Amino acid sequence: MFQSTKQSRGGTGSIVTWYRSGGLSAVLFAVPLVLTFLYFSWGPIVRGLVLSFQKNNLVTAPEWVGMANFSYVLTDPQLPQAALNTLYFAALALVFGFPVPLFLAVFVSELRSTGWLYNVLSYLPAVVPPVAAILLWTFFYDPSESGVFNAILGWFGIGPFAWLNSQSLAMPAIVLEATWAGAGATSIIYLAALTGVRTDLYEAAELDGAGIWSRVWHVTLPQIRGIIFIMMLLQLIGTFQVFTEPFLFTGGGPNNATTTILLLIYRYAFINGDFGAATALSVLLAGVLCVLSVVYHFVTRRWSTT
Amino acid sequence: MSHERGIISIKDRQRTAVRIGLPIIQVLLFIGVLVAGVGPLLWLLKSGVSTSQDILSGPMQLWPSGIQWRNIPDAWNRVQIGSYLGNTAIIAIGSMISTLFVCTTGAFVLSVLRPKWGPVVTAAVLATLFLPGVISLVPLYMTILKMPVLGVSLQNTFWAVWLPSAAGAFNVLVMKRYFDSIPRELIEAARIDGASNLRMFTALILPLSKPIVGVVALLTVIGSWKDYLWPLLVLPDPRLQPISVALPRVAKTTEISLQMSALFLAVLIPVVLFLVFQKQFLKGVGMSGGIKE
Repeated sequence: MFQSTKQSRGGTGSIVTWYRSGGLSAVLFAVPLVLTFLYFSWGPIVRGLVLSFQKNNLVTAPEWVGMANFSYVLTDPQLPQAALNTLYFAALALVFGFPVPLFLAVFVSELRSTGWLYNVLSYLPAVVPPVAAILLWTFFYDPSESGVFNAILGWFGIGPFAWLNSQSLAMPAIVLEATWAGAGATSIIYLAALTGVRTDLYEAAELDGAGIWSRVWHVTLPQIRGIIFIMMLLQLIGTFQVFTEPFLFTGGGPNNATTTILLLIYRYAFINGDFGAATALSVLLAGVLCVLSVVYHFVTRRWSTT
Repeated sequence: MSHERGIISIKDRQRTAVRIGLPIIQVLLFIGVLVAGVGPLLWLLKSGVSTSQDILSGPMQLWPSGIQWRNIPDAWNRVQIGSYLGNTAIIAIGSMISTLFVCTTGAFVLSVLRPKWGPVVTAAVLATLFLPGVISLVPLYMTILKMPVLGVSLQNTFWAVWLPSAAGAFNVLVMKRYFDSIPRELIEAARIDGASNLRMFTALILPLSKPIVGVVALLTVIGSWKDYLWPLLVLPDPRLQPISVALPRVAKTTEISLQMSALFLAVLIPVVLFLVFQKQFLKGVGMSGGIKE
């Protein structure tokens, strides 16, 4: 009995010490974070995993269907096309959108007094709300001869092109707009990284007889390879989830030439009302992207410690 | 640039190839960014005050049938661009406040107070960083339709946009890392002086973290300004929609000249804000790259 009173006193005592040392206020401070993450991050992730094994259309009660959603999604004849389109978009975005900002940043970092002007001008497209930019570009891509791009190309005797109405040109046209919109912001990030490049190495390289291009290639780029790799991975993760551009430009057409995975997910969920299939496809895509994020995390960790 | 020497040395600049080549590249690149950056905006300005007939038949001609100033007030009143821009601002500012509130208080617990259960929460937050947003799109939508436990629907309320944006692991971890770099001696000194946790948070940690709070605020505003799919899903009521969701819907039903003036107004405000605050803006965006590393 003596033992138990002592213990209980010890118990209340530790609660009091816990309270006095700020234990309760720590809990209170954590409430906003834990609640928002429970509702809008952890909860939905778990729910998504559960949902992908259920038949759910928000009307009838959810029903457990095992792997049926996955097999339905994986055998959907639209999936290979959507996957290829998404890869095509990602590859094109990498080819167009990767060298342009890098070149711009390296060049601007060489300009002493007028560099800011290039920055402001090249960042302007990023300020334009993406939806407004897409609507504007849809008009630029007008397939008739008096469309803006066709008119300009017509001055040089080229075209007219069908742009978004053409199965082969639609995707490059979308990527061109996306590059226009994104290059400025990426270039600014590279530029910030370039200020950290050790300039004494240029001196050494020059004494060794390295030309301007080989100085860029062997001195500048290796020193910012960390941020280059990160931007590439982030761009890949972003482009794999591209939605707004194809959705507003073409709605996935012509003849599904621009249907991406996310567009397919949107159709499953919000047009067909098949939430199970939509989450099953989301889970599959997330699995692929998760691998990319893990690579990203470990590579950046390694770089920041060495 | 602050450093004295760049890739190209003074000696290089004396070589003829560089002396002639460099200005040529410079001019070409300048024309390039000028056409890409300002060209579409100027075209939009021109088309915003043109007749539909002119825009369609001669998009590259200057006002063949005169300037139509009344397009602008028409777009503001009849297309209600003003109210959509207002909604956009409400959504962006609300998202910013909720994000800052959650990530500063959360980072304060995880970095400064360091309770025993802190590492568990940190790990759980970190784990979500690996999972792309796409996995929770549909379940998040269902959560908004009917909040678990509470049983209320947030659809067609601004909360549906404000709250989910606060659950960003990236912001919490960036904030935590910044708080981690605050010297522990300052915190210990405040504690010895008898400062409560709340006081330590508002009078010590927050004032020391102004730069990172600014960057997170800027990135949140940019992100919410650009968002399309999420507000499209959770704000079907046209009166609540931000400009990004409203524009494509409006575009289907209005004539082309009004459409262009509406686009012009939607573009004008962010462009002016950017030009006024360009220094802070570009610095903040540049810092975001350093954060990602």
